[in-house]
Amino acid sequence: MDLAGFDLPTLWFWIVAALFIGYFVLDGFDFGVGMTLQFLGRDDVDRRVLINTIGPVWDLNETWVIVAGAALFAAFPEWYATLFSGFYLALLVILLALIARGVSFEYRHQRPEASWKARFDLMIIIGSAVPAMLWGVAFANIVQGVPLDAEHNYIGTFFDLLSPYALLGGLTTLMLFFTHGAVFVTLKTAGEIRERAQRLAARSGAITVVVAAAFLLWTGFAHGAGWFWPLAAVAAASLVAALLANLRGAEGVSFTFMAVSIATAVAALFAALFPDVMPASNDAANGLTIENAASSPYTLTVMSWTALIFLPLILAYQGWTYWVFRKRITRQTIENAELDQSAAEEAAR
Amino acid sequence: MNELLDPLLLARWQFGLTTIYHFLFVPITIGMATTVAIFQTAWVRTDKVVYLQLTRFFGTLFLINFAMGVVTGIVQEFQFGMNWSEYSRFVGDVFGAPLALEGLLAFFLEATFIGLWIFGWDKLPRRLHLATIWIVAAGTVLSAYFIIAANAFMQNPVGYAINEAKGRAELVDIWELLTNPVALAAFPHTIFACFMVTAGLIISAAAWHLARGQHRESMRPALRLGLWMMVIAAALTTFFGDQLSLSMVATQPMKMAAAEATFNTVCGADASFSVFTLGTPDGYTELFSIRIPYLLSLLSTHSLDGCVEGIIDLQGQYESLYGPGDYTPIIWITYWSFRWMIGLGLAHAAIAAVGLWLTRGGREPRLFRIPPRLIWGVAIWSFPLSLGAMIVGWIFTEMGRQPWLVFGLLPTESGVSPNVSGLEVLISLVAFTLVYGTLAVVEFRLIVRAIQKGPATPSVDEQTGRAEPATTVY
Ligand code: HDD
Ligand code: HEM
Ligand code: HEM
Repeated sequence: MDLAGFDLPTLWFWIVAALFIGYFVLDGFDFGVGMTLQFLGRDDVDRRVLINTIGPVWDLNETWVIVAGAALFAAFPEWYATLFSGFYLALLVILLALIARGVSFEYRHQRPEASWKARFDLMIIIGSAVPAMLWGVAFANIVQGVPLDAEHNYIGTFFDLLSPYALLGGLTTLMLFFTHGAVFVTLKTAGEIRERAQRLAARSGAITVVVAAAFLLWTGFAHGAGWFWPLAAVAAASLVAALLANLRGAEGVSFTFMAVSIATAVAALFAALFPDVMPASNDAANGLTIENAASSPYTLTVMSWTALIFLPLILAYQGWTYWVFRKRITRQTIENAELDQSAAEEAAR
Repeated sequence: MNELLDPLLLARWQFGLTTIYHFLFVPITIGMATTVAIFQTAWVRTDKVVYLQLTRFFGTLFLINFAMGVVTGIVQEFQFGMNWSEYSRFVGDVFGAPLALEGLLAFFLEATFIGLWIFGWDKLPRRLHLATIWIVAAGTVLSAYFIIAANAFMQNPVGYAINEAKGRAELVDIWELLTNPVALAAFPHTIFACFMVTAGLIISAAAWHLARGQHRESMRPALRLGLWMMVIAAALTTFFGDQLSLSMVATQPMKMAAAEATFNTVCGADASFSVFTLGTPDGYTELFSIRIPYLLSLLSTHSLDGCVEGIIDLQGQYESLYGPGDYTPIIWITYWSFRWMIGLGLAHAAIAAVGLWLTRGGREPRLFRIPPRLIWGVAIWSFPLSLGAMIVGWIFTEMGRQPWLVFGLLPTESGVSPNVSGLEVLISLVAFTLVYGTLAVVEFRLIVRAIQKGPATPSVDEQTGRAEPATTVY
């Protein structure tokens, strides 16, 4: 039971990064699809097509943030405590949004009335847009540093978290996830809605490039270090490649590049942070680093073995799930299921 | 500062309310996943349409409920850091591990396979599809184990050492943490209690239809299954509750003293269990009570001549151990929650046993001159009451641990986030109350509506004569 020679806290820094990368890449397109309801969902069938592209997988995607949070708690209790208590109201809003969005997927189809469905559609749209933005705000603040006291407690206010830099970070994740979602729709649907999604992705992509470039440059000049620049360069290049592929209708390629772009962008933020985890903006000595935030070597060893054994297994069965649901969703899919259902209800009479 | 804005008090209310709320859905998820898996297995084995109907019917209830378990669970996961940051700093090294294990081993499993089950009806081979719901069921039980192991550490800290330099508890033996004697008793006790609650839901739903003389062919087997499940689960819950009492007395004698409101140490026949007591409001003087001699001694020590330490003695001991302070939980809460848990539980077992007898061999229930409507009425109440037993059990456990957050190590008041203001907690408490309250209404209506709609008739394939489940979409 020894992972001798390995710097376990650093390993866990990157495992936490990997869990957040998994979260943003996966739930990112869920958020995006949720937001596109506003633009692509012309009627109920369209909206159901959109929701069903993520129906079987949104829960497993969201679980990545639960595991990321738990890993943070176990591997860096100080980081978990400082971050979650410090960003209290921001996290509250994220939680409320995730609650609204999560129940909406399941409850929307429980009743046929248009007003019932419209209410949950709205909750899905807002519940997707708000966390998509606030996660960016939160990460920008972490990289930038926040005021901490000697006990590592956050001493700013909620509004201190809304600096221009942080808001730009939020806008970046919002636009990235939006485009990611639109591209995902092109990959998972067919027919007219796919073409509209493709045009939407092209338009939102253009905005995304500008916003993301501004944010990455700002981050780079203010905090860039170590691996930041190469990762950020890959992120930018992949984003452009994704948009070009989208224009040419190569949705598989486009989606892959979007995923790479988000993954490397998040990795770049973690690289900019390294070896700090929660720098203090008022007095560097109050900041949290990998060293002073980490759990004991024993805990990290136990956790490392568990992660090494189970993460590959988890990736395998999640990958298989995506394979099972690889078929595109069309209006026909929804209409057929509708027919099946009314046939069954007919038979029951 | 304004008394209403005491961050500690508000944080405690928030944690208590949100956890109780989370735990309204968890028992149904745990018990119903297995129930649905059993019905689906019966369908795959026998091809009888009625089992497919039951699978789909209870599957719908399960899913409406599951969504709430998931979204309220995320709040729980974040709340330790948000409201209890000092606690998180102090025990994260120990307590974080089971939570992370739960995420990696159980939550991923559930969340992935639930999607495969819901949408996989026409995409996976029958047996593979059946396996997905069994995996979900296994995941729910596994997640319960890890969270109870985490909770057991708060009741009875084991497997740790205090690191003075860092001012925190550190894990030294994960195995000891996971085989905490309190966890080993609390886990089966809770799981079987979850099955009682699920049985309550099955009985309520089935009785509602049977009372109206409809869906007899599917609801009768459901009722019988529910009644058997209730009787067996109640017996096992009681058995492990007894084990749990033993480990509780060994680790937190104050909790047992508070459960019984015994102020002085009592032995043998004097160690009696009071079924009911009226006392002065402070609980120190008894006006009237119904008592069963020896029972408390039996519960606490499994012998007739055992002694049970009283609150006053324990308070003295704790003062010399931990310094001056009040180490007594709120007596009326522990006293009544303990009784209601046991009382409701035993009542359920008895009523379900009678129900089994009355409905044996396909009979319509008849008892003396009681109108059948009343008999069904009792059955329909089994769900809310079994859920109530579950909730008061947790209230007892958590309130009986007070004033400690981690018994003997960390008082509750030292665990709260120092930098989160009372106003902030008030905002979140109000927000959660409003959102949770609204969702409770929506959820309750949906469940009632799904129950009243009754099982649908699946379409049958003309060639094979087999029932074919329809494609599922949101
Ligand atoms: C339907 C629910 C139900 C029923 C019928 C019972 N219990 Fe229970 N009990 C619970 C549901 C529950 C629970 C909610 O699940 C708790 C809370 C924490 C736990 O582990 O289980 C609990 C806790 C709990 C504890 C507290 C453990 C601690 O704080 O360390 C004790 C001593 C008992 N139970 C004992 C019993 C006994 C002796 C019972 C029957 C004769 C009994 N329970 C019936
Ligand atoms: C799911 C069933 C549970 C219920 C119904 C429940 C209920 C409660 C209640 C009523 C309180 C408030 C007590 C008070 O006023 O101090 C509380 C506090 C708390 N419980 Fe639980 N609890 C449950 C499980 C757990 C578990 C599994 C854990 C740990 C993993 C836990 C950890 C805590 C913590 C940290 C507090 C806050 C500190 C405190 O106020 O005591 N609870 N819980
Ligand atoms: C206070 C401590 C608790 C925390 C931090 C917690 C955390 C969570 C989380 C994050 C989820 C959502 C999982 C998902 O997205 O799939 C969840 C759901 C669930 N929890 Fe809790 N929980 C607590 C109390 C409990 C208790 C005491 C039990 C069991 C006895 C339990 C068992 C479950 C189950 C079975 C589910 C449903 C399955 C699911 O939703 O995936 N939880 N919990």
